[in-house]
Amino acid sequence: MALEKPYADIPGTTIFDAEQARRGYHLNMFCMSLMKSDARDRFRADQRRYLDEWPMSEEQKLAVLARNYNAMISLGGNIYFLAKLFATDGKSFQYAAALMTGLSQEGYQQMMVAGGRSPDGNRFIGEKPNG
Amino acid sequence: MARITAGVTTSHVPAIGAALDNGRSHDAYWAPVFAGFEFSKRWIAASRPDVVLLVYNDHATAFSLEIIPTFAIGCAERFQPADEGWGPRPVPVVEGHPELAAHIAQSVIQSDFDLTIVNKMDVDHGLTVPLSLMFGQPAAWPCRVIPFAVNVVQYPPPSGNRCYQLGKALRAAIEAFDQDLNVQVWGTGGMSHQLQGPRAGLINTEFDRRFMDRIVADPVALAMLPHVEYLREAGSEGVELVMWLVMRGALQADARELYRFYHVPASNTALGHMILENPPAARR
Repeated sequence: MALEKPYADIPGTTIFDAEQARRGYHLNMFCMSLMKSDARDRFRADQRRYLDEWPMSEEQKLAVLARNYNAMISLGGNIYFLAKLFATDGKSFQYAAALMTGLSQEGYQQMMVAGGRSPDGNRFIGEKPNG
Repeated sequence: MARITAGVTTSHVPAIGAALDNGRSHDAYWAPVFAGFEFSKRWIAASRPDVVLLVYNDHATAFSLEIIPTFAIGCAERFQPADEGWGPRPVPVVEGHPELAAHIAQSVIQSDFDLTIVNKMDVDHGLTVPLSLMFGQPAAWPCRVIPFAVNVVQYPPPSGNRCYQLGKALRAAIEAFDQDLNVQVWGTGGMSHQLQGPRAGLINTEFDRRFMDRIVADPVALAMLPHVEYLREAGSEGVELVMWLVMRGALQADARELYRFYHVPASNTALGHMILENPPAARR
């Protein structure tokens, strides 16, 4: 019997559940390896070669190279692991969050200072978004 | 005997640690955040806990996907601040309380909560940012700390009720410890925030304020809130709030709210902070 996923109808949100964790295991463990500075150096020197050391799917590797965080998340990435990747690039959580929302850095920061994204219109897929 | 005197909750946003460590705590953006902890710093200097049992979550630092304990208690003599990719935070080493931690582990496991015992572990911002907020920048932390890690990274975290009941088991264990210790239990993480996907940046002030009201006055019902409500209303990372319920379970039903602070935003997050005190008789 399939696992119940009552969170599947939340828009713009991928819950890192057992299925996603299985899909993203090697992607996330690659990110984890970037906790060490010599690994970061090797990755920066030749990203493709470093990625080829990991049993990740080609799709996952391309998403990493493109720094497409939404794609990485849909392929099983978890934000706390992906944080090692954007930290390697010298980027912050706020940078990555802005990128995933499609807003500019300034636009995202302004939204947060103004109180953040309202839950109204953002609770269920198919609702009319309201800001 | 050891006694639980108070509970503290606070968000543990990494950018707060970075702001403090880099001397930006007086910037216009960060000053209101740190101002919200001025009362708390005075209060904790006066209340002088011997031990803080600090409930937090590891953020893919000590635990990768290789091993994911739902509940883990740190029993080591000391814990090093972790290198999370930017170098370790310049904060003191965290001194544990191995005797009390081992006592809690044995007692709580016999109360049907199957803790993972960790004798070697680095601690990340989830643990050190709350210490910085409450104690500032001392040369050494003024108390012992027992790290208590809860998995909220891979879904599902433990249920709110499980966390609340665990708090009660922790209380029984601590109160049976045969040393005269002033113990606080802290629950960290939250409040509403979402760090991932097109819905990132979600903040739900109404949910957060209601959560703070209910954790004081109505914790039994609050503990029954299903995970999906946290995810939908408070964002995918807002589910960290179940850790506040461990703190609440460890305090008495008639604990009172001493202080509350709420601020939006701290980076991507709604920052919430509370101090709850047990009745005077329990504090002695």
